Amino acid sequence: MGTALLVFRLAARDVRRHAAQAVLLVVAIAAATATLTMGIALNGVTSQSPYLTTRAATKGPDVVAYLTSAAQAGKLTHASGVASHSGPFPVASATIRFDGRFNDVLAEGRSTTPAAVDQPLLTAGSWVRPGGVVIERTFADALGVSVGDRVSLNHKSFAVAGIAVTAAQSPYPNLCNGTMVGPTPAASRFSNACPNSFSIPMLALPGGTELSDFDDVGQIWMTEADAIGLTSKANPLTTYVLNLKLTNPGDAAAFAYDRFTRNSATTAPLFSTWEGQEVEDAKLVQDGQGVLQPGAFLLALLAVASVAVLVGRRLSEYARRVGLLKAVGGTPGVVAATFLAENLILALFAAVVGLVAGWLAAPLITNPGAALIGAAGAAPISLGSAVDVIALAIVVALAATLVPAIRASRGSTVAALNDITRPPKRRGALVRISSRLPIPALFGLRLVARRPRRSLLSAANVAVTTSGIVAVISFHAFADNTLSGAVALTAGGLSNPVINRDEQMLTVITVMLVTLAALNILFTTWATVLDARHAAALMQALGARSRQVSSGLVAAQVLCALPGAILGVPLGVVLFKLAVKHGSLPPVTWLAAAVLGVLVATAALTAVPARLGTRQPVAEVLQSETA
Amino acid sequence: MNETGSGAPIVRAKGLSKQYGSGEGLVRAVDEVDLEVAPGEALAIMGPSGCGKSTLLHLLGGLDRPSSGELWLGDRRIDKLSERGLAQFRRHDVGVVFQAFHLMDELTARENVELPALLAGRSPRQARRRARQLLDQVGLADRAGHLPSALSGGQRQRVAIARALANDPQIVLADEPTGNLDSAATLAVLRLFEGLHTAGLTLIVVTHDERIAATANRMISMRDGAFVDEMRLTGGTKRNLGKFAGLGG
Repeated sequence: MGTALLVFRLAARDVRRHAAQAVLLVVAIAAATATLTMGIALNGVTSQSPYLTTRAATKGPDVVAYLTSAAQAGKLTHASGVASHSGPFPVASATIRFDGRFNDVLAEGRSTTPAAVDQPLLTAGSWVRPGGVVIERTFADALGVSVGDRVSLNHKSFAVAGIAVTAAQSPYPNLCNGTMVGPTPAASRFSNACPNSFSIPMLALPGGTELSDFDDVGQIWMTEADAIGLTSKANPLTTYVLNLKLTNPGDAAAFAYDRFTRNSATTAPLFSTWEGQEVEDAKLVQDGQGVLQPGAFLLALLAVASVAVLVGRRLSEYARRVGLLKAVGGTPGVVAATFLAENLILALFAAVVGLVAGWLAAPLITNPGAALIGAAGAAPISLGSAVDVIALAIVVALAATLVPAIRASRGSTVAALNDITRPPKRRGALVRISSRLPIPALFGLRLVARRPRRSLLSAANVAVTTSGIVAVISFHAFADNTLSGAVALTAGGLSNPVINRDEQMLTVITVMLVTLAALNILFTTWATVLDARHAAALMQALGARSRQVSSGLVAAQVLCALPGAILGVPLGVVLFKLAVKHGSLPPVTWLAAAVLGVLVATAALTAVPARLGTRQPVAEVLQSETA
Repeated sequence: MNETGSGAPIVRAKGLSKQYGSGEGLVRAVDEVDLEVAPGEALAIMGPSGCGKSTLLHLLGGLDRPSSGELWLGDRRIDKLSERGLAQFRRHDVGVVFQAFHLMDELTARENVELPALLAGRSPRQARRRARQLLDQVGLADRAGHLPSALSGGQRQRVAIARALANDPQIVLADEPTGNLDSAATLAVLRLFEGLHTAGLTLIVVTHDERIAATANRMISMRDGAFVDEMRLTGGTKRNLGKFAGLGG
């Protein structure tokens, strides 16, 4: 009990004494655990709850049938298992224009009174009326329209009467992206209703066809007369929508397949089911996982690197304390326990901070978006998830602390009392080579050589930092390409909410990553500057200028950073590929710029502590080193 | 030692002060010190620990800047030099020997001695030749390839002295050069200093050991940052050095 109290007391006092380092340690671990918490929160999300809420509120259909003629409806509405229906409603394709932006839409002709099945829920304004249209909410957001605005459809002017959500179709930009059940020829016919999808490949599945990658088509509702009014000889009416409610919603997929096998003609109906719709709606949230999970992994790696540097630095300050503790009878176990306890306490605290931060931020990223109502239900963090996050923090702290703690406990008491840290390494070849170099390079190279482990850690640090930056750049390039591709299809200048959301998350990850990376580089450089304090002072005492010495410190860091930055590129590419399997890589010049940027940032971030480090009077440093 | 004290002073300090802190916490480490050192003179500065003698030596060696006062090397004012100028001064005009040796642990004896020459822009070959010559002079030619950890305290200090001489300085400053050494090593170091002095180098040695101070031409006592006594020693090291210093031999 007494030992435990002593260990705790020593740990607490040391944390108080080195508050700034403790705060940095907490920040590093908390950033990693917060990201992991958000990743875990997303992992369980399928947006099931918001979809079901929306489906219930809109009397969502179990099966939507896309017909080539209204006459096809009869067989389906009277089929066994069908409880009720609405439609068939004519669907016209059109181009909507507003405020300089334009996009293709599917305009569904509706009655002015609510339908029995699929009643889009108005979130603003009123239902359709002659000359007044209702626009699906995500599409309205992307187009920038509000109730009361006037839009043009195939060059005819309409008022925006309302804005609504539906569970019957996927929201913009994935309206034509749902899983369709139907024969391939029929699927190509459906393409007529999705005018931009002619060139999109279709995947032949056993028993059906999955239409994929039909992007950027909006959904609007208007009166039947208005919808038919949008058609012409060149733009004929080819599609009707029939919404079906089954007696058993669980039979939706079976119902669709059964109907398909009975009719595989080119003009056969296509079907989408409510389960498929649910999967499509969850994609918005699931996309975020692809960003957050590698992000959490990267941040965890950076946290390990930061903690290792901090602990390494603290260990050298800790040497005399270890000696005192051993001199008064502390066993190696007590010494190691004190050192471990201190870092584990900080790691646990950081884990709690990260958990709370991640838990508070999780609802923001699990928000189902404008297409649905309600909120995703996976935000609460389970006990198992909390244990995972805390375990990560402990592993991070242990990974960085265990070896130094054991080494400190086993070292010589006299050496520790005299504050003798490990002697620097000698690298004869490097010393000889450096003799031929200018003074900053001579000093820098010798600094790198005298502490190879720290140099290796610096290089690893930079490699992790660079890999994160490369992954982020690659994802940005991928997102930009996808986005510009989408805009090129519509040529209308509308933003893509899925990409926007991914980019927002990416920005959060980028900011955290860059902040942590900058902190990391600062920790490393500061540790290097402190470690090189005596050598630097001695060089000055022998006649080196302070600028030569600080340039030497910068050179040492850049020398370590160079292999790290180069290695970081393939690591970053691997990370990106883990996140986005089919994403193409950014141009080589971008990657080269990333490496160069990291090196410049390293030099810039080193210059400040290096300059400050050489400002201390030489005599003061030399005296303090022997005190 | 050779006769000294004639000619214009090589080192001149006027009202030299170094203060730390402010208000009630003000510490006058060096307090209005006036000093003149003739070329080729061997000066010992004595005093108890904390009297300011090491601080004074650091000021004289350009390792620290004075709070006030003037410091001259010949006709060149040192206290007003830029950082760059001060670095040049340390590189070419003075050599400093520390009590704690301050050798680079990862460099061999020869590489440690080469360092100032490399800093001064000499070629690696010139620096190596000079280092060998100096190590030979201090009796460590056979130890040139050893790391400091493989040398005794006296040998380390002799390496440090060789390093101080690498760029042929006008003055050698030594801060308790024998403080960490046993009698035999102390004697060896003193003999080296005697040789330097005989060769015409100006020596300023800070010590609290009267036996060491007695080997100089002049001895100044310091207390609380100021000079309190000055004594010219006519005998100096002309006598049997070891005997005079009470070290045997």
